[in-house]
Amino acid sequence: AARMFLRVLSDIQWRAAHPKWRRMTSSQRSTSTTAEPHLVSLPAQAQVVICGGGIMGTSVAYHLSKMGWKDVVLLEQGRLAAGTTRFCAGIVSTARPTSIELKMAHYSNQLYQQLEQETGVQTGYMKTGSISLAQTQDRLISLKRIASSLNVMGIPCEIISPKKVVQLHPLINIHDLVGAMYVPEDALVSSANVSLALATAASRNGVQIHERTSVSHVTIQKGRVTGVETDRGRIQCEYFVNCAGQWAYELGHSGEEPVHIPLHACEHFYLLTHPLKEPLSSSLPTVVDPDGRIYIRNWQGGILSGGFEKNPKPLFTEGRNQLEIQNLQEDWDHFGPLLSALLRRMPGLEALQIMQLVNCPESFTPDMRCIMGESPTARGYFVLAGMNSAGISYGGGAGKYLAEWMVNGYPSENVWPLDLKRFGTLQSSRTFLRHRVMEVMPLMCDLKVPRWDFQTGRQLRTSPLYDRLDAQGARWMEKHGFERVKYFVPPGNDLLDLDHSKTFYKPDWFDIVGSEVKCCKEAVCVIDMSSFTKFEISSTGDQALESLQYLFSNDLDVPVGHVVHTGMLNEKGGYENDCSIARLSKRSFFMISPTDQQVHCWAWLKKRLPDDSNLTMEDVTWKYTALNLIGPRAVDVLSELSYAPMTAEHFPSLFCKEMSVGYANGIRVMSITHTGEPGFVLYIPIEYALHVYNEVMNMGQKYGIRNAGYYALRSLRIEKFFAFWGQDLDAFTTPMECGREFQVKLEKGMQFLGQEALLEQKQNGVYKRFTMFILEDHDTDMDLWPWWGEPIFRNGRYVGKTTSSAYSYTLERHVCLGFVHHFDEKTGEELVVTTDFINQGEYEIDIAGQRFQAKAKLYPFSSLFTQRRRKDEVELSGYQRE
Amino acid sequence: FYLTPPQVNSILKANEYSFKVPEFDGKNVSSVLGFDSNQLPANAPIEDRRSAATCLQTRGMLLGVFDGHAGCACAQAVSERLFYYIAVSLLPHETLLEIENAVESGRALLPILQWHKHPNDYFSKEASKLYFNSLRTYWQELIDLNSGETTDVREALINAFKRLDNDISLEAQVGDPNSFLNYLVLRVAFSGATACVAHVDGVDLHIANTGDSRAMLGVQEEDGSWSAVNLSYDHNAQNEHEVKRVKMEHPKSEEKSLVKQDRLLGLLMPFRAFGDVKFKWSIELQKRVIESGPDQLNDNEYTKFIPPNYYTPPYLTAEPEVIHHKLRPQDKFLVLATDGLWETMHRQDVARIVGEYLTGVHHQQPIAVGGYKVTLGQMHGLLTERRARISSVFEDQNAATHLIRHAVGNNEFGTVDHERLSKMLSLPEELARMYRDDITIIVVQFNSHVIGAY
Repeated sequence: AARMFLRVLSDIQWRAAHPKWRRMTSSQRSTSTTAEPHLVSLPAQAQVVICGGGIMGTSVAYHLSKMGWKDVVLLEQGRLAAGTTRFCAGIVSTARPTSIELKMAHYSNQLYQQLEQETGVQTGYMKTGSISLAQTQDRLISLKRIASSLNVMGIPCEIISPKKVVQLHPLINIHDLVGAMYVPEDALVSSANVSLALATAASRNGVQIHERTSVSHVTIQKGRVTGVETDRGRIQCEYFVNCAGQWAYELGHSGEEPVHIPLHACEHFYLLTHPLKEPLSSSLPTVVDPDGRIYIRNWQGGILSGGFEKNPKPLFTEGRNQLEIQNLQEDWDHFGPLLSALLRRMPGLEALQIMQLVNCPESFTPDMRCIMGESPTARGYFVLAGMNSAGISYGGGAGKYLAEWMVNGYPSENVWPLDLKRFGTLQSSRTFLRHRVMEVMPLMCDLKVPRWDFQTGRQLRTSPLYDRLDAQGARWMEKHGFERVKYFVPPGNDLLDLDHSKTFYKPDWFDIVGSEVKCCKEAVCVIDMSSFTKFEISSTGDQALESLQYLFSNDLDVPVGHVVHTGMLNEKGGYENDCSIARLSKRSFFMISPTDQQVHCWAWLKKRLPDDSNLTMEDVTWKYTALNLIGPRAVDVLSELSYAPMTAEHFPSLFCKEMSVGYANGIRVMSITHTGEPGFVLYIPIEYALHVYNEVMNMGQKYGIRNAGYYALRSLRIEKFFAFWGQDLDAFTTPMECGREFQVKLEKGMQFLGQEALLEQKQNGVYKRFTMFILEDHDTDMDLWPWWGEPIFRNGRYVGKTTSSAYSYTLERHVCLGFVHHFDEKTGEELVVTTDFINQGEYEIDIAGQRFQAKAKLYPFSSLFTQRRRKDEVELSGYQRE
Repeated sequence: FYLTPPQVNSILKANEYSFKVPEFDGKNVSSVLGFDSNQLPANAPIEDRRSAATCLQTRGMLLGVFDGHAGCACAQAVSERLFYYIAVSLLPHETLLEIENAVESGRALLPILQWHKHPNDYFSKEASKLYFNSLRTYWQELIDLNSGETTDVREALINAFKRLDNDISLEAQVGDPNSFLNYLVLRVAFSGATACVAHVDGVDLHIANTGDSRAMLGVQEEDGSWSAVNLSYDHNAQNEHEVKRVKMEHPKSEEKSLVKQDRLLGLLMPFRAFGDVKFKWSIELQKRVIESGPDQLNDNEYTKFIPPNYYTPPYLTAEPEVIHHKLRPQDKFLVLATDGLWETMHRQDVARIVGEYLTGVHHQQPIAVGGYKVTLGQMHGLLTERRARISSVFEDQNAATHLIRHAVGNNEFGTVDHERLSKMLSLPEELARMYRDDITIIVVQFNSHVIGAY
């Protein structure tokens, strides 16, 4: 049976059709046992070396060669498409939760469809469609959300009734279904053959492919890739691409300078059967039953069915390597629950005869999204791996984006959610990965509701106040390994347990956060915001100022003691980062940016700051605890604790001063709050953290102080129309597009990164505009809540998607933030978005297929702001991040 | 009146105890993986005792079961004291000196044993001083004797057994000014206990047995099946050698009266035991001690009763029979149990039940489809059945509990019958002893990897 399986999944005919290919790789498969095949010697150098001949490696090679990079060598330790790719179930599914993943899958589908024609290699492409089943109403909501985003992308997709399901697939038992989603253009392929087709095309374009060549390590000198050591000699190269799949982690660690690629393999099982009596049609749609944790596709007249069990089996934690994934043990007992689910879904299959249970390891990542991009520490070291068992769906698109990244310096879409630099060394612990992937793999099928948090790998980075806050009822979420408070559950107030709190509707913490928001508005709250990334940049002369003036769009040549909100922009004017920078002295700057910027921002600056020993940059994130005092009485608390006047006359907005708080001296106090409310952030050397916190809480008592969490902060910043990097802002968004022209000093007297692009935008207008929407006919108690990614309709036509949303306790309405585009009605071409265009539309937000009327605003409600602030001050603080 | 399965479980598990030898740096260097023990009372209170401890000043682990009769006092004392006597017998001269010096100068004592006790396994606080003084006298004599030779385990075991029995006898003769203690030492001496003790050190397994408890080795054959090897001989009337030994030790004139109705002097089932001074002391000594003893003792008909045909005491000894066995990789476990188990189960069944339990917990034979024709439905049925089987195996987390469940609940087909189990466990106190005896079991699991590496 196994032999037959191999023959089916990797067609060997293609070799004969391409003699050039055969010469280079020889024909291992036909040679009998003894003779070692003659191998073509490796080139001494190449521009790019790709390691890994699976779907990822071949896709990168294909796209690079298409884009004109032909001096490319692809190395595969075993045979092409012999790893996870060979065993892959071959389902191309576009129903993906995030828009970048959806785009990758959509592109892959289009690519595979024409691949056979392009290369002559049979790929087994068959457009079968797919049906995702819902056993519960919640599941149906999550499917409807996906359907909404597929539809606005022009991908056919419909929510169908159980009756329709039977018409599409007669074997399905529908008695427990509430509905389903049908995506007619989803497809099946032979994944090994797709990979071989891509390799063939790449090879024709000049890419050299060498099988049975394993990379021992990559040499890196002065932070740049210089070459690759293999078991067959060395290749000098400028670029290295790690597409080693489940071995990518180990390969990353094999060199002297490790490249951390956090992924971990888990065993993955699927079942192959003999054909049915009346063989299944090869055009029968693929069935995904997430509530039963299984997928079922037609295969050779029988079925192929696998799933994502609750109790996954991680493997290779010790990093054992092996050439190809030899047949791992079949574990029927482990597969039992999935088999039950299969027979429950298709009871008619009872008599179907088993062919094989395939055990095929898949690699999973800490956040269920794949890993691509350049190493933060080694330039020219690119990675594409960790596909979370969706390798064939993502393969085409992921390879394309990575190739664009290498050739153009950045891909054509925002891939930050997939960027290697969202992780650092802290996610690379073997134990962490092992534990986390055991949670991630079941999540493939679990219901993903708004605001879910990972439960494993927690309490890694914590504030010194962690225990204190925890004892006061803090509930935690995690960002970049750092524990942050969501909200504080008051004593005697029990929330639902984890499973029961999952909802798409009004959550159980609604009133709790409401009271925290109220306290921020009327009295004073403390939020521990220690997780922020904090850098200090200083120099002996003017080097720091000069360099930063070039790297940041706002004018940093401000008097000492001032704080500047500024974007860190790329050449296209897009936000690579969004920071607050305090000028501590003439020659030193203190920079605060979002928590998950720690690796990316460091790499970005390191790459661009001059190599000058008189200029130093230090990551001081761990040195300071940050307490944010929000609310009108923050002034009173702080002035009592410091015996210093803190009123606006003495301590204006956007100001920074070192002062004493309680007994502790040298506390860096800044008059910013990240919410638009009045208040301060205290940067406290960690050994003083507990003291300052205690003093603040004691002193604050008479002003009604209380703890608050990030949910309150989020509600405050969204109702104030503050954009947040990583959610609203990304590398494809410029300050002009989000109403932040005031943070750009085009005339600051010197060049800065992104200036030209911004000037052009200033002249020609923008093609999207950050807009605030207030939901009008939305019932907070009864209706589905918005999350993010909801389509926005203007006069009935799709114009963009939301990027974040929150309930505003002040407006007593939901607020969504998002971007409005202007697509030409006939051609679909993107046109300039004007203020009039925004103001003159009737808007609707689509939440899981249901549309709600929304009022669009380009400026926040001024009445919401505290009385004494002037409008320009308000705008200056118009900045937020989480 | 039936007990529900959870009620049955709570009775069976009340006394269960497990110990796993800790691993160091991921490696377990001990030949013992750990042990499970449990006991089920039939007498009220139970007369069986058990002990387990790791020797801290020498290598090795000690495990023992003790079956008391005529009360539990002797079994209790032996369970507290015997391992100290053995440990001291095994100690080299220098360590003994060090300990003596520490006691002399009031310094902290080197710990000799690390006990592995269930919360119900208690030590008598009142007698500890008395016991300690006797033990100290013993090691002082050992120091004086200093033979200079390395200690032989067999000899150490024999010496320790005999010495403890001697001390029990002596303490009763001397008495104690404290009336509670005085009564205690007499109760200890006038009751009796058998002992079956294992000493494991690397591949060297010594079993010292006195009486009719039993040690049995579970061996896995090459084909995976289980067989039992006895590592002790019962000292009772069924043992020809024992009968012969007893007869040899007394004049021919007593031959007929020595063993009657399979009992020693027609009274005692085990032919060797601790305590039981009624079978050891002269009649004069017995009378003197009882008369000068407390009233409770005088009122007790049993103690006052002198065995018939009592001419040439002692008739009973605590000297153990020691068997040495070199552990092999196929030796997977050792069962020490009082006669309550062996009365109800054949050793071959014990070997099979424990063997299957231990391997079943760790790995059920995986299913492979191979070239067979199996349908999805058949596979599903098979897996469901396996899951059910696993869950019943997992019902007991303790091999000794599992064994007791079988011993008490087995029907004629050799499977546990809940109805029977429920009946046996709900017998009223006064009836229980008629249907079953106290059962005490220790199952020691060996580490084949370590043993194989020797």
